[in-house]
Amino acid sequence: MSLIWEGVLDAIRLLMGDDPEVWRITLLSLRVSGLATLISLLIGLPLGTILALGKFPGRSFLLSLINTGMALPPVVVGLVVSILLWRSGPLGSLGLIYTPAAIIVAQTIIAAPVVTGLTAVAMQQLDPRLRLQLLGLGASRLQMVLTLWWEARLLLLAALMAGFGSVISEVGASMMVGGNIRGQTRVLTTAIVLETGRGQFARAIALSVLLLALTYIVNLALTWIQQRGARR
Amino acid sequence: MIQPGSFTAQLNGLLSGLLTVGLILALALSACGRTPSPAVPAPADPILILATATGPQDAGLLDVLIPIFEKQTGYRVKTVAVGTGAALQMARNGNADVLLTHAPSAERVLMREGWGRDRLLVMRNDYVIVGPTADPAGIRGIPSAADAFRRIAAARATFISRGDDSGTHQTERQLWASIGLNPDGQAWYLESGQGMGATLAIASAKSAYTLTDLSTYLVGRPHLQLEVLVEGDPVLLNVYHVITVNPERWPGVNYTGARAFARFLVDPATQEIIGRFGVDQFGQPLFYPEAGKTEAELGVP
Repeated sequence: MSLIWEGVLDAIRLLMGDDPEVWRITLLSLRVSGLATLISLLIGLPLGTILALGKFPGRSFLLSLINTGMALPPVVVGLVVSILLWRSGPLGSLGLIYTPAAIIVAQTIIAAPVVTGLTAVAMQQLDPRLRLQLLGLGASRLQMVLTLWWEARLLLLAALMAGFGSVISEVGASMMVGGNIRGQTRVLTTAIVLETGRGQFARAIALSVLLLALTYIVNLALTWIQQRGARR
Repeated sequence: MIQPGSFTAQLNGLLSGLLTVGLILALALSACGRTPSPAVPAPADPILILATATGPQDAGLLDVLIPIFEKQTGYRVKTVAVGTGAALQMARNGNADVLLTHAPSAERVLMREGWGRDRLLVMRNDYVIVGPTADPAGIRGIPSAADAFRRIAAARATFISRGDDSGTHQTERQLWASIGLNPDGQAWYLESGQGMGATLAIASAKSAYTLTDLSTYLVGRPHLQLEVLVEGDPVLLNVYHVITVNPERWPGVNYTGARAFARFLVDPATQEIIGRFGVDQFGQPLFYPEAGKTEAELGVP
């Protein structure tokens, strides 16, 4: 118990002090997972909408694939992306292995199905008569989709939070494709694994506190937007 | 049910909220990253992938050496601490430029097969057998590591193996083989599959024996209920070599950078830093610089 308390005190000391490395690691985590979530949103929002509203052969099959993708194990994604990006791999010439970009690619593969799947559910929750009414009122397709997104905004923001949560917390893929390189690809989760392995438990706990705080702040901001939307 | 006229206004509200978050994010992003540019002009191919055993990384030695090398040469080193077995495999696949490993017999196979170009001795330290103070197998102070392993097996005392094909694990397997004993499947023989630091933590929690390099043990000692029971046997020598990957096998590797890094490690100034590393904190060096010596001189089996 004293170890946890020590770790929390250490976290406060780390935050108060001027340890630039801790900030760099925290900001890199935010940057990598934030960008992966944003890209996932750009993919997942249209794709989920098409899957929910479209009528085409293979739709259920695609949905089942996306739903399976929501449970993609990060280590499997890490392994596959590593094999592709290694110098000996088919995309090796891009030189992406052991860079933050490689982590963003892996995390996007993890988060995109989550955002897509939950977007599809959110859109299917809407009353189908709403679409007919909108089209009847003379809305264009774009206006209709924007209105439907607005109507589903609470669930869509929940999808965004779930997507962010799935990548800010993963360690397997970041470790494999990023390599946990100090000053380059060391993010909070991989740093926690490293410090625990080194027996530096207080520092590991301090980084854990930072990770929880970061996740909380991001979700607080998203929840704030969500609830502002809900009150209207 | 809804008023189409108002949704644009509502959407504006949502978008402005998202924009605020995006701006905060962008600000956070622009503030981070960007390591200071090196003092010398960057080489043509500045990216160098170093696959290393976990020991030098866990001890913090590479955190000291790499920034000096980067500053001197302008290379940007990607240090991947994967363990010796995986590092040697990365050389075979052309996925690394240079290695820092500690499994001499496996390294010699790699060189014989032509995957490596240069192999230079860098430093050594010692393996020790650690265990609980109670020492149920009674190995304290035994001069021979093989005898100690025999007693651990006879007492069926819990032993934690790395089980990850690392240099330490290979040394441990060679010790079991030397006494003609295969511990696989025995109830007292556990494989952690993890790095040395984590394996020591498990051994401590389980009051078990394990083979460790002295540096990782010294770094972790404050948290461990383990003590050094067997040390000093010549077979417990832990020798680190730097190996450059052969560019004839893998034309894509950064051989110029790899050679520069190998030269840096055996440079007298670097060797002095290695010899001083850890003295302040532990009262003894964690690694002994041995560049220029041969394996035979050190007594590598």
